Amino acid sequence: MANLHQFDVVVVGAGGAGLMAGLYASRTARTAVISKLYPTRSHTGAAQGGISAALGNLEEDRVEWHTYDSVKGSDYLGDQDAIEFMCQEAPQAILELEHMGLPFDRTPDGRISQRPFGGHTNNVTGKPVRRACHAADRTGHMILQTLYQQCLKNNVNFFDEFQVLDLLINDGKAVGVVAVNLADGELHTFHAKSIIFATGGHGRVWEITSNAYAYSGDGAAIVFRRGIPLEDMEFFQFHPTGIYKLGILITEGVRGEGGILINGKGERFMEKYAPRVKDLASRDVISRAIYLEIREGRGINGSNYVYLDVRPEVVNKYAALDGRTNPDGSPYRVTAEELLKKVPDIIDFNRVYLGIDPMTQPMPIQPTAHYTMGGIPTNQYGEVVIDDQKTVFPGLYAAGEVACVSVHGANRLGTNSLLDLVVFGKYAGLRAAEYARGVDFTPLPSDPEGFARQQFEALRTGSGKENMTDISNKMKKVMFDDVGVFRTEEGMQRALETLRELKERYRHVRVSDTGRIFNTELLNAWELGNLLDVAEVITVSALNRTESRGGHAREDYPNRDDVNWLKHTLVWKRDGRFEIGYKPVVITKYQPKERTY
Amino acid sequence: MKVTLKIFRFNPEVDKKWHYETYHLDAEPTDRVLDLLEYVKGYIDGTLSFRRSCAHGVCGSDAMRINGANRLACKTLVRDLGDKITVDPIMGLKVIKDLIVDMEPFFENYKKVLPWFINNSPLPADGRERLQSPEARERFDDTTKCILCACCTTSCPSFWGSDDYLGPAALVTAHRFIFDDRDEAAAERLQIISETSGLARCHTAFNCTLACPREIQITKAIGELKLATITGKLD
Repeated sequence: MANLHQFDVVVVGAGGAGLMAGLYASRTARTAVISKLYPTRSHTGAAQGGISAALGNLEEDRVEWHTYDSVKGSDYLGDQDAIEFMCQEAPQAILELEHMGLPFDRTPDGRISQRPFGGHTNNVTGKPVRRACHAADRTGHMILQTLYQQCLKNNVNFFDEFQVLDLLINDGKAVGVVAVNLADGELHTFHAKSIIFATGGHGRVWEITSNAYAYSGDGAAIVFRRGIPLEDMEFFQFHPTGIYKLGILITEGVRGEGGILINGKGERFMEKYAPRVKDLASRDVISRAIYLEIREGRGINGSNYVYLDVRPEVVNKYAALDGRTNPDGSPYRVTAEELLKKVPDIIDFNRVYLGIDPMTQPMPIQPTAHYTMGGIPTNQYGEVVIDDQKTVFPGLYAAGEVACVSVHGANRLGTNSLLDLVVFGKYAGLRAAEYARGVDFTPLPSDPEGFARQQFEALRTGSGKENMTDISNKMKKVMFDDVGVFRTEEGMQRALETLRELKERYRHVRVSDTGRIFNTELLNAWELGNLLDVAEVITVSALNRTESRGGHAREDYPNRDDVNWLKHTLVWKRDGRFEIGYKPVVITKYQPKERTY
Repeated sequence: MKVTLKIFRFNPEVDKKWHYETYHLDAEPTDRVLDLLEYVKGYIDGTLSFRRSCAHGVCGSDAMRINGANRLACKTLVRDLGDKITVDPIMGLKVIKDLIVDMEPFFENYKKVLPWFINNSPLPADGRERLQSPEARERFDDTTKCILCACCTTSCPSFWGSDDYLGPAALVTAHRFIFDDRDEAAAERLQIISETSGLARCHTAFNCTLACPREIQITKAIGELKLATITGKLD
């Protein structure tokens, strides 16, 4: 092994969670952060609208309200102890980001500005509350930049453009990872006491998605192959407002600023589905509403999209009808100039990709695959827990979108993803460093690079009769059609059969690039293998859950079933076969009840 | 529509010298250049290499020279280019393979301007945020947009001449901190960018401003930095 590295803590992934973990772990432990992208390319940078905390800078707000809203948003599948912890930590986490220099927008008195977001309410009035702290519509960009800068300041060791391929386990403990350096194709072994996976989600499983190409489920697939279960993989969020056909995200912040959803008949249809908060209902509710409108022929011109309208005159008309007011009690009104300042990137996306100006034209939108609620099961300290007994897998941690704590349950509230990665990235980093202080290195297994080498070798020597782009496109289509916003037994069975065919075809892929330097074809082929594995777990989990809850909407089982299904799914693969288990949902203060907006 | 796509190709493990490869494709006017590159890679030549991630202009991975101008491939549409499209790597950084260049000198320059918030004063006694007026926040808003794609720096004739010039992107980062009234290291940063490899190398070619996919007014920002070094004031 020419390329052997030893660190106390190794973090895989350099988005918000990975950087936060790296920053905190590096304060007391020798830490490396390994990322397949330059850290500033990570998908956290695409998050737009905000990060929530009950700071109450513009109106009364309470941690308990944030907690309850998140529990309700999760359709009661979120673990309430973890949600309480996250919401409790939120104000401090935001202030800490500010202290690191993050340029939040400001209120007139110089405090961090906050805006309304879907599902976040004043629990007394039921009206939307200003809870989302923002930096225009590039909040994620500013978090990513700020954390990367702080890591540079603190001399964190980065291994940029290294793709992690395998998790090494010995003596029942996580002991390292194997990665390939993209620049020269060399394999490297990282021997560590603690390993934190912060690799993000897997939205690239679906055809229409807001997710980056990099979102190929690497972390989930890697640990799953090594016998770690995945939790609640049937729960994936479709964001209601993606740019038609492209899937590019239009932040909920647009509706926070007063934007309205309109169908082909010119109606504000969310009044029917969420009479109280209307266009600021939670995402699963709105995505389903859009599908139903389209199915009943009320898409724009009968087609499969609707409008998101943020023209100032439309915003002002509906704000007046809703009786919306500013913090000082005056009627809420906006001008095009103000909107341009609040959501500049959204306006830019529309101009570039659609050639339309949202100040004079409505935006064509459709639901887009957006966020992974399920993932690697962890507790609130980022420790990976591998069964229903809270058994911790020594040395293994996960944080951010790849992890399932579970704070998002069956449906995540907007802004809680950024909060999740800041809070749990920090605690994973702290706990991983603390654990590393107390233990010695466990030896590496023999031939640590063997499995990684074997996976690459298969992709270089397949028969070559299959094209991986075809396989990828077919997977994305079947997942979007049959394991999307609405699901049925029949459709998901079809999807599962297709996925198994595709996995068989994948064995015949042969990478044409035989080089070592930046072999991106080999990398893409390997990522496709992850997506196929993850897609299968999603479909198996979704078929198994015979109820509708949050982002998992079954037409054949349209109701939530708390008697049989108020529990988390765990899926393992053992000897080539799927095993499904469960663990209870942690309920502290909030008994499940009907969820209306 | 039919598109003729000419791509700069260089494989260091095979080629002695770079060459163009020409591809004839069917494209929609609304296709991104990135979509065309993905098509070539997926169906014609899997060895074609380029970086990309978010595909909508916010991660900064896919800066390229497209019909002679630095742009992001994911933010440039066929309809804005016509039916003849030529794609080259960005200039001034060593080509590693096809459209992939060595970004290390670019990031090294970035690191030279102390690209992190510095404030060693005690936090507010109540533990809350440091206050900042909306006007003070607005003062450096434009330069917070930078995604480090290198479109600006690699369009700059001074940077082509010598990569020890910090380049516009590093100066944009310096501006973001120097004009943030919460930051306390403006003097130190001004000193760094006043040295020979800094501001003096900017000859106001304006290429950077034209190249920026985030529409940052880079030449203006550099002008403000120059003024600050002369007057010693941050107005």
